[in-house]
Amino acid sequence: MSERQVRSRFWGSEAFSGLALISPTALYAILLLAAPLATTLLYSVFTDGYLVVIPHFQLCNYIGECRSQLADGTPSPDTYLGAWSDPITQALMLRSLNVSMLVTAMTVLLAYPVAYFVSFNVDASRKSLWLFLITIPFWTSYVIRVFMWNVMMSRTGVINSVLEGMGIISEPLQMVFTIQAMVVTLAHAYAPFAILPIFVALEKIDRSLLEAGQDLGETRFTTFLRVTLPLSMTGVIASVLIVFIPTIGDYVTPNLIGGGKIPMIANIIEKQMLKADNRPLGSAIAVSAMLVVGLISVLFLFLNRRYLKGQK
Amino acid sequence: MSSEKPTMIEFKDVHKYYGDYHALRGINATIKAGEFFSLLGPSGCGKTTLLRTIAGFEGISSGVVLIDGKDVAGIRPNHRPTNMVFQSYAIFPHLTVEQNVGFGLRKDPRSKEDKARAVDEALAMVGLAGYGKRAAHALSGGQRQRVALARALILKPKVLLLDEPLSALDKKLRENMQVELIKLQRQVGITFILVTHDQEEALVMSDRIAVMFEGQIAQLDSPEALYRLPKTRAVANFIGTMNFLPAKILSEAGGIAEIEAAGLGRMALNVEKQVTGAVSPGGATVGFRPETATLLFDTQEATDRESMATVEEVVYYGDMTYYDVKLDGTAEPMRVSMRNVFGRPVLDIGTRTRVGWSPGALVLFR
Repeated sequence: MSERQVRSRFWGSEAFSGLALISPTALYAILLLAAPLATTLLYSVFTDGYLVVIPHFQLCNYIGECRSQLADGTPSPDTYLGAWSDPITQALMLRSLNVSMLVTAMTVLLAYPVAYFVSFNVDASRKSLWLFLITIPFWTSYVIRVFMWNVMMSRTGVINSVLEGMGIISEPLQMVFTIQAMVVTLAHAYAPFAILPIFVALEKIDRSLLEAGQDLGETRFTTFLRVTLPLSMTGVIASVLIVFIPTIGDYVTPNLIGGGKIPMIANIIEKQMLKADNRPLGSAIAVSAMLVVGLISVLFLFLNRRYLKGQK
Repeated sequence: MSSEKPTMIEFKDVHKYYGDYHALRGINATIKAGEFFSLLGPSGCGKTTLLRTIAGFEGISSGVVLIDGKDVAGIRPNHRPTNMVFQSYAIFPHLTVEQNVGFGLRKDPRSKEDKARAVDEALAMVGLAGYGKRAAHALSGGQRQRVALARALILKPKVLLLDEPLSALDKKLRENMQVELIKLQRQVGITFILVTHDQEEALVMSDRIAVMFEGQIAQLDSPEALYRLPKTRAVANFIGTMNFLPAKILSEAGGIAEIEAAGLGRMALNVEKQVTGAVSPGGATVGFRPETATLLFDTQEATDRESMATVEEVVYYGDMTYYDVKLDGTAEPMRVSMRNVFGRPVLDIGTRTRVGWSPGALVLFR
């Protein structure tokens, strides 16, 4: 076989057309995801300079005390603590985990009944209409949706005005600037993301399985526990991850609803990257947060592995 | 013998509407304990709906369903003494084979060990001993069906309901399972109610068959009675093949009808066991099965009567040859099946031949 034949065989092959099809996406992912990620990883082990990052390897951005370099290249007299050594970063990481776990629990618990209702109680011809209605909040920008809750919950907001007008309360309730308010806001913002995977999992369940459950002596409720719930766990697991992973890094809600007074991990990363001009420390915190989220997700998947085994 | 058996299920004027659609139109039937009973009919005839009213998955619009003498109106499926083998088998994909089979034993007061033994016995009964630890989704179609059977029978129901359980299997496996199901039913002695659209399957397996058309039972009889003496042309056509010839009833007295049929001539028919009543506007018809007539070769004599005919079509099956022959004086060809015994030639199209037949094998439809 000549070289030419080999070449024409490659250009006409399925492998080539497959590569051609994914190449725009692949290029996009490499440029905008893999490259920034690699940069962040590198920055996190480099030394902080004045408005620059100096490619001098060190691990103190993660653990221990670090010194920045001043504009003239000499080490700064002041030290800062690495991501894992700084009690403030630790506290913010814990708070972020706390908030996103609360949000995840609330979102998934509220999303399940909605998904169940649409899958089991809505007429087949109206299901797409319901899904469409569920996605309507996405028509407005995320920031506006989050800010809407500020309008609802602020001291002079809708909820306080109505309650005061009805004489139920004499002083406005303090709702914004609380963790609870952030949880409510985030749970609302991520609800459709949680509903859809659960809906898909419920749709896939053969309805005769539910009849079989009842035929074999279970009530509707115990059939739900023994058949429907385990079979929909793939959707629940997907929902948990879809909500948990982005909320931990949410940066808008702490600003708009927390009023900047209850910062989360993303806010401190932003501060280090921009205001404090310490990109190596910001990168180290970002990488650490990513590791924590990754580990928790893997652990979660491992604990639920029996639901993820191949099923027909 | 079967008349001594007590009644297990009774339908009294059962009607079922889905909105405007009248799915069951006055079902009256009795199913006896220990019987292998089939509901046979084309799709959409209401047979599955009727089965599901026994299981409790469908309510009825009017009428009464009695199971073991008890009106089951309002009783949920989980409280009925019935278990079902679903058409899709409905094997729980997240459980192992033994968890599937033991699914219904949760409230059983027996000890864990006793339950495990019961599961093993049920699996052995359906020929799946040692499969307990397998994942349910890794089973073949035939194995799934056995699991579904074991899962239902382990609960010792009074009635086992089978919703087209063999339709998803290939022909060989289906035939094996038919025999196995019959054996199993004899072994456990439970009333089996089978829904099927396959007339052969119903004939092979059942003690009695209810043939259903459009929400009604057209005929309820033993397989042999259904085949030999179908009450209507629709039943005759649905079960096996039957040839029909227009006929005139000349006189009728004492269970003997004097008739004249196209192509066959005058004859006296014993119609004692057949449906009586007025002749339909379309006129009377006589029917005969392909194997009750025979082509007469050379010097063969007819055992009873004979008519002349012309061969129109020949369908060769190896062991059998099917001839479509046109009897003199008729418009439509009749099918006659002949066993290909040694030394007998296969006739060509256009051959003139004599057809031997017997009035005793004819059925009169009014």
